[in-house]
Amino acid sequence: MAETHPAAPAGLPVRTGGGNRPRSTGWTGALPLLAFVALAFGIPTVALLGGAFTADGAPSTANLTASLQGAYLTALIGSVKLSAVVAIGGAVAGTFLAQAVVTSRFRALREAVLTASGVLANFGGVPLAFAWTATLGNSGVLTTRLALGEHGWSLYSFWGLALVYLYFSVPLMVLVVVPALDGLRPQWREAAQNNGASAWQFWRYVGIPVLTPSLLGGVVLLFGGAFAAYATAAAMVGTVVPLVTLQIADALTGNVLIGHENVALALSFDMIMVAGLVMAVYLPLQRRSARWLR
Amino acid sequence: MNGARVEFRGLRRTFGATVALDGLDLTVEPGTLIALLGPSGCGKTTALRCVAGFEHPDAGAVLLDGKDITRVPANRRDAGMVFQSYSLFPNLNVYDNVAFGLRVRKVPAAKRRARAAELLELVGLPAHGERYPHQLSGGQQQRVALARALALEPRVLLLDEPLSALDAKVRVALREEIRRLQLSLGITTIFVTHDQEEALSVADQVAVLRSGRLEQVGAPAEVYDRPATPFVAEFVGTMNRLPGRLDGQEVEVAGQRLPVHGETPGTPEVDVLVRPETVLVTAAYDGEAVVLTSSFRGASVRLLLRTDDGTELLADLPAHDAARLAPGQRAGFRLVQRPVLVGPRTTVSPPATATAAAD
Repeated sequence: MAETHPAAPAGLPVRTGGGNRPRSTGWTGALPLLAFVALAFGIPTVALLGGAFTADGAPSTANLTASLQGAYLTALIGSVKLSAVVAIGGAVAGTFLAQAVVTSRFRALREAVLTASGVLANFGGVPLAFAWTATLGNSGVLTTRLALGEHGWSLYSFWGLALVYLYFSVPLMVLVVVPALDGLRPQWREAAQNNGASAWQFWRYVGIPVLTPSLLGGVVLLFGGAFAAYATAAAMVGTVVPLVTLQIADALTGNVLIGHENVALALSFDMIMVAGLVMAVYLPLQRRSARWLR
Repeated sequence: MNGARVEFRGLRRTFGATVALDGLDLTVEPGTLIALLGPSGCGKTTALRCVAGFEHPDAGAVLLDGKDITRVPANRRDAGMVFQSYSLFPNLNVYDNVAFGLRVRKVPAAKRRARAAELLELVGLPAHGERYPHQLSGGQQQRVALARALALEPRVLLLDEPLSALDAKVRVALREEIRRLQLSLGITTIFVTHDQEEALSVADQVAVLRSGRLEQVGAPAEVYDRPATPFVAEFVGTMNRLPGRLDGQEVEVAGQRLPVHGETPGTPEVDVLVRPETVLVTAAYDGEAVVLTSSFRGASVRLLLRTDDGTELLADLPAHDAARLAPGQRAGFRLVQRPVLVGPRTTVSPPATATAAAD
């Protein structure tokens, strides 16, 4: 509470230097998190930036320039395209699946799908690549049985990889969007019907707008997951599908050319920029769609 | 706005083994407010939802002005509804919520806004149009829901316990406002409630339901004063059960003979149903009862008496008459000479007090 100083005009509050104001110590609880972020995120980021902007021991933008040319640029664009396809496809399929589960009368089905989604959303890397290769690869069980090769099927392509990425992205979307769908009150639908709205009008004016913040969050999550994925693609397609994560790995390990480690760091910087751009689009959209929540 | 006649004809609806409606027959006259009253699970909300089109009866029909609307989809019925839990669309502000039905019907924006403003004025929220539902109190949200339900000028207004989530003061104010609106618009209104006081105070007619069937329908005073069955007598208001003995068309109870109204059980030993306000109590040193408790209720006081034979009974009397009737005092009592209902003799039990429960 402000005090009244004896020398001050009556009634005027005077600050006494703040020495008697209790200092908030609430932030100390966040110290472990801040320390972890500094270690796991801050130091690698500083090292990445330092390396990306250093060439031959001197500050330079040469690595960045190189990372935005030729095969590196193609890989970066390829990753963005693949991630966009997976994010949008996964969001649409995941939302429909989640809606089917949420509106199902069979509780066991809901629980089974949610449990499976929890497992499949975390199924990735070499085991996932092997599972798909064994099933739909060139000599996969289904490929040979259904003679898919004769119809031009190839798992080791952009769309093949997109399909494999959807395998873990759709369940992830289900996990993200089910709580939001559960939050849609049945009374809203009934109130809309009572006001003469069809099912489509309910979704257009109420359902989708209410879900939009969650859907946008899901799309960004799926985009990020696909954009950063490496092991599955590395095991499955190698260099057939150009992806930035594969290029980073090649540059770091000297798989094709040696001495390109700092270009790898510049590519990582490009990835951060892409993620930043995605967030720059996402945040205003999210803010706009959630303005009724404020 | 003209009200429509609503008829429930032999309505039956089951959910698995549970029978929610068991041949409900009821007619709601145009422009009246009827309260569907009953304990939890009696089917009152199901009946209302059958009118709204959210439930489809297994048998029977719902008629609106003589026209069978049982199979008409919910979005094509001429009925506005206010739900128990807040059901405003959270992403739309108050104006857009109220004008939702008009927007769906592609009414021009200017007309929609004018109509919404008119309705918000009607429900006493003219300055709240730009707010979102989460910025409103519960009472304000229900007012907006009421305005939304009236936006399309329906001929029937359905109220599904719209006041149950509100605090007592707001509840009383809003129910009076609903009544005022209903009377001024002349809209047929079906009001589901488990609160007997609410039902008795606002309705033209009260329909008491039990196990999916209609027990009694009538004016509030009629249902209260002349309950058709012991169930209605005990559900609506508070009722004493006093041991009595039938003698022809009269019953002997507490040393008095009272005329019997309604059906009588086969045995002469019966329970006589007596309202607390029909028990007249006077302080008397040689009285046949003793005051056990006295609870002050503002204008009145409720006494719990125990007679010398161990029977307990409740009595309501004006607060100024109860000054000398403190707990422990002896008192005399007599019953108002009026027809009473009787039921089969049950075990000696304390007076039955109707309890409110959600349907």
